[in-house]
Amino acid sequence: MSLKKHVKLGLSALALSISFNSVAAEDPIKVGILHSLSGTMAISETVLKDTVEMLIEQQNAKGGVLGRQLEAVVVDPASNWPLFAEKARELLAQEEVDVIFGNWTSVSRKSVLPVVEELNGLLFYPVQYEGEESSENVFYTGAAPNQQAIPAVNYLMNEIGVERWVLAGTDYVYPRTTNKILETYLMDMGVAKEDIMINYTPFGHSDWQNIVSDIKRFGSAGKKTAVVSTINGDANVPFYRELGNQGIAASDIPVVAFSVGEQELSGIDTGPLVGHLAAWNYFMSVDSDANYDFIDQWIEHTGNEEAVTNDPMEAHYIGFNMYIEAVKKAGTTDVDAVKDAIIGVTVPNLTGGYAAMMPNHHITKPVLIGEIQDNGQFSVVWETPALVAGDAWSDYLPGSRDMIADWRKPMFCGTFNTATGSCGASAGEMAAETK
Amino acid sequence: MSIFRSLTLLLIALICAGSLPATAQESDPGRDLLINLAEAPANKVEEAVNAIVSSGDERARGWLEAYGNNRLSRVKDTGQVVLVLSNRGRDWEIANPLTAENMGEMSRRKLDRVAINNRIRGQLEGILAMLDLNAKDPDLREASAQDMMGKVDASLVQPLEARLEQEENAAVRNRIEEALAIYRVGEGNLEAVDVLAGSLHPRARAALNEAARSDDPALAASAAKALDSIEQKLTLNRAAETLYFGLSLGSVLVLAAIGLAITFGVMGVINMAHGELIMLGAYTTWGMQQLFPGQPGLALILSIPAGFLVAATAGIIIERSVIQYLKGRPLETLLATFGISLILQQLVRTVISPQNRTVITPEWMSGSLVINDALSLTLNRLYVLAFALIVFAGLMLIMRKTRLGLEVRAVTQNRAMARSMGIRATRVDIMTFALGSGVAGLAGVALSQLTNVGPNLGQNYIIDSFMVVVFGGVGNLWGTLIAGLSLGTINQLLEPWAGAVLAKIIVLVFIILFIQKRPKGLFPQKGRAAEG
Repeated sequence: MSLKKHVKLGLSALALSISFNSVAAEDPIKVGILHSLSGTMAISETVLKDTVEMLIEQQNAKGGVLGRQLEAVVVDPASNWPLFAEKARELLAQEEVDVIFGNWTSVSRKSVLPVVEELNGLLFYPVQYEGEESSENVFYTGAAPNQQAIPAVNYLMNEIGVERWVLAGTDYVYPRTTNKILETYLMDMGVAKEDIMINYTPFGHSDWQNIVSDIKRFGSAGKKTAVVSTINGDANVPFYRELGNQGIAASDIPVVAFSVGEQELSGIDTGPLVGHLAAWNYFMSVDSDANYDFIDQWIEHTGNEEAVTNDPMEAHYIGFNMYIEAVKKAGTTDVDAVKDAIIGVTVPNLTGGYAAMMPNHHITKPVLIGEIQDNGQFSVVWETPALVAGDAWSDYLPGSRDMIADWRKPMFCGTFNTATGSCGASAGEMAAETK
Repeated sequence: MSIFRSLTLLLIALICAGSLPATAQESDPGRDLLINLAEAPANKVEEAVNAIVSSGDERARGWLEAYGNNRLSRVKDTGQVVLVLSNRGRDWEIANPLTAENMGEMSRRKLDRVAINNRIRGQLEGILAMLDLNAKDPDLREASAQDMMGKVDASLVQPLEARLEQEENAAVRNRIEEALAIYRVGEGNLEAVDVLAGSLHPRARAALNEAARSDDPALAASAAKALDSIEQKLTLNRAAETLYFGLSLGSVLVLAAIGLAITFGVMGVINMAHGELIMLGAYTTWGMQQLFPGQPGLALILSIPAGFLVAATAGIIIERSVIQYLKGRPLETLLATFGISLILQQLVRTVISPQNRTVITPEWMSGSLVINDALSLTLNRLYVLAFALIVFAGLMLIMRKTRLGLEVRAVTQNRAMARSMGIRATRVDIMTFALGSGVAGLAGVALSQLTNVGPNLGQNYIIDSFMVVVFGGVGNLWGTLIAGLSLGTINQLLEPWAGAVLAKIIVLVFIILFIQKRPKGLFPQKGRAAEG
């Protein structure tokens, strides 16, 4: 280990000198963008590619960083999970990018993990996810379950008085893990098992008649009922349509969604949905000058007056600025130096507060609950009094309770078990194993 | 109470009419009421709303409605409360809530929304429904009485009772009685349980369920008895509901598959781009709605011929450019058309957008047809069901009664013989493929009302379509109809107890087993043509 460390140190010194040389040569800093531009996920990921490109343009207009310009290297993993790993390898090994912004689905992130760990890259991941992971090479700028799901449930329980719960989700890892966490949490809070209904549907499910009618029936038991939805992507559109058609108003059975943002709402007529909820860390309607400026820039960049912004875009905004600050602080783009420097870096977010990079590679975020309005936007009805730091390992899952992640020396571990006092396999190794 | 209220209304109206507009604005009590509402902290909002209601101001309804719809904002600089007429984009059109005078556009940066949440919105709905109970139209009165169910609180009981005394319409009376009974059951009133015993309304059931758990044994027992009798009535309704769900899903499957039944079933072409032809139809609907902004209904009706033409044209191009050269080579056809499907998807992504497009549902297609409180049929699905049957009937007519249909049947049964009888087989091929593709376009028009219009639309239906055609028996239109409707019904029957994922798997396994037993599907073709 110590030998390895020496080699590493030597290498970073070498890299340092190389990077000083390159300052003279004014080589651009290469920013890899790993978002699907075709296939199923293009609907969500294309805008993230555009966001990073816009941020790079702006940074270059400001003179770049360390006197160097930034250059985007865009690849298209085409919503194909194994292709994500190949494209990541291409970015790191052939293009030799300094940092990657990318991925949406958890399965694509798990596919990329072994590669970025092996080639020691940097990946900024902008989407809310199920937690239970912390990699040395990945920075999670989206929400962990404790930054979205738990506060939202607390809101429903305390402010709305909900006693009966429908946990509806798409059948894959994020909803399953989140619902497991929520189920344990709700039962800890004294909710009876028969007051929780769990339902999973396939990707792209479009026939919601039966499920919505089930929810209606479940909700007529005399206790205030709410739906916690982890339904993913465009399956939401027919779901909400069915809710509207079967006359389930938000004042009867509110639906709080974790995967429905401005982007998804732009595909539906939101008239019948007014009052249904979503929990995010950012809404386009947030009343702050930083946000209004960002929206103006985005509209200008896309040339579309109707263009919307959403939570993962804000996550990239934060991640990108954190990277820039860390590079400035480290004085180099060397991966190990940036990794060290970025912990503790604090940048403004778009909601008028600040985001700080925590030692577990998650960031601090405010949690906002918004109600759908008739113009396809959300209006904030509630927010956490203080910033919430992302928790890599949930306190509501057996086996994960004792785990912590801390990427500062001397611990330097993403899977430290406080019960046994030992460090487990890295996130990339675990992802490679389950494949 | 109501006499008192109308008196106040009259008084206020008189005062307003008497004073000059300029001074009216200065001393307008509405101004203070609105500012009071805008400044109220969360726990004082209710008081502020009540103050507006009891002011008796005739503009109160408009204000509260705007407040409920998030359309009340404050100008940050001046503190003035304004009505937001349009809240799209970066500049919002605003108006003065006191005089209804339009104030032009203002940047949303300068406006601060007056906050509202679901709890207050629920109360507002109750209050607004109470105001609507005085409307002239009995249907509106009935609807607002229904809205009141579950929203009655102590302050609304008296005015409701007064209203009940005046009400002459039996249906409205029933609703008001039920609404009052829900409140009274909550208060532990035994007689009110009997009023609710016949009601199928979910809120009535919710109130009874709550009562059945109460500490008062007499109340709990009678509530449980009432629930039992309701439950019996519900069983029948549920069966009807499931049947409707099944037929509706089935009609979607039939629509998606019927075009394929022609191209694959009759012509024998494995067209993997069939889903994308459906997608083109759906995009045509979107395009038509862009051409006729503000008239979604007209655009939808015009999309029916337009969607058919667009998809049929695309079909002709595919047939002429690729499929005709691959006749009799099913594997190559499969691969080539799969390639076409990918090209079409990406074309839409590049040319239009990778994002889904909003297709507006016309007014007459949204909502549901209420049979009773427990059974209502969603209108958009009802229309799609009817549309599927019409399309099917139309196709049957074409195949049975027209020259084209005759030629198609002749060519598919014996190509060489048909040609020697003077039928231009190539032309028939084109026409048949165009017909099948056009029908796929029609399916797209219908699906745009049910699901997302996006590049992936077709992908979701291609497997189901093949499943239906194979299950029904290749080459048999009746088979497709029966197969689609029965698969839809089986799926919906299984779903409540197996879950959506498992139900799909079970249906798939069932089809595989069925095909093992009867390889030619439900209605196999008979005679010499079947062997050919």
